[in-house]
Amino acid sequence: MFEIALAVVVLGLAIWTIAVPDTYSATVGFIAYGLLVALIWVRLDAVDVALTEAAIGGGLGGVVLLGAAARLRGTEAMTNERPSLTVRLSAAALSASIAAALAVAILLPPNPAPTLAPEVVSNAGATGMANPVTNVLMAFRAMDTMLEKVVLLLAIVGVWSLASDQAWGGRPGPRHQADPNGVLAFLARLLPPAGIVVGIYILWTGADHPGGAFQGGAVLASMWLLVIMAGLMDTPPVRSRWLRLVLVAGPGLFLVVGLGGICFGSAFLAYPAAFAKPLILSIEAAMLLTIATTLGLLLAGAPERSAER
Amino acid sequence: MSAVTVFGSYAAAAVGLGLYGLIAAPQPLRKIIAFNLLGSGVFLLFGIVGRRGAAAGFGNDPVPQALVITGVVVAFSATALAIGLLLRLFQITGSTTLNSRAAASPRSDPSGN
Repeated sequence: MFEIALAVVVLGLAIWTIAVPDTYSATVGFIAYGLLVALIWVRLDAVDVALTEAAIGGGLGGVVLLGAAARLRGTEAMTNERPSLTVRLSAAALSASIAAALAVAILLPPNPAPTLAPEVVSNAGATGMANPVTNVLMAFRAMDTMLEKVVLLLAIVGVWSLASDQAWGGRPGPRHQADPNGVLAFLARLLPPAGIVVGIYILWTGADHPGGAFQGGAVLASMWLLVIMAGLMDTPPVRSRWLRLVLVAGPGLFLVVGLGGICFGSAFLAYPAAFAKPLILSIEAAMLLTIATTLGLLLAGAPERSAER
Repeated sequence: MSAVTVFGSYAAAAVGLGLYGLIAAPQPLRKIIAFNLLGSGVFLLFGIVGRRGAAAGFGNDPVPQALVITGVVVAFSATALAIGLLLRLFQITGSTTLNSRAAASPRSDPSGN
């Protein structure tokens, strides 16, 4: 019963997001949608994904969209020329048939359903970590996780490349001002110490329980952004060397360990069995820093001011 | 009805809705949101496959779960890059339309390029 109610509300929010004429309302609807989808993931017994979806999909993704919607609000009247009725009807027919085909495929699966869970269990002892999802991410499919770090790096290179010539190497976003005695400044002093501990705890507990570098990194990124938005700190200039070092720390260490696997083990990214857990935890620690910094900088956007100001 | 049936039907519907929005929405920002909706539907389909593959004491197959976590992070990066491009387009041309005929005449870029 709860499932049906949840699915109906989420479907309503999805339709609202697509159908409402005002972009700002659509964005707000999409944020609520992201948080409720995290609940669906909990009901599907995928708590690791639920944490990621709530933090990155709903939280940080929502902030990016909301910021863009606020800045582009004035252009809406210029670009509301809808496609012709024929195009819309064909699009609706196409989308409906694809949705129907997917529904058939997902509701009539092979029996028994294919699963890799027994393999995960039989190899779980190899890394010394109890969280099966962390095992898959960091050991069995480590290549995906490493390349995902590279994608984060490419995204930040892409966003920074959008800077104008004058702002190149400068600071992203406007300098935020807030009342030093206001609520925001108060929260920005109160929350980060606890938030940083929570973020690191989520990373640490990810070895054995739901959690990990992605979820912890998202928490750290939001703490950093809170301090920036309260005006207590400015965004760092993107030409700064330590910033670039932190950005390559995650993928860099991952690559080094992977190449070490060729020299001392059997293959690329093969961890020596005796050091698997410490190696994975150090990669995750470097990843935590890289993820937190990249997510924060992706939210801040392209450099807009020269570094001197 | 089980959770798999309910959420499986919903995930298929989300892909359809997202695809429609991607084609029919006039504003680029709405297309980005619709694309994210489509992505969320695809991720949920993965979750349903993992739920069906629950075995060996897990409620959900860990392999698709790990793939979805990687996917969520990549989708966020792509969204942030798309929004960066869109804001830059707005900064340079003063409008966000993708229709070249209706595009406003480019104003001089205050930042000098």
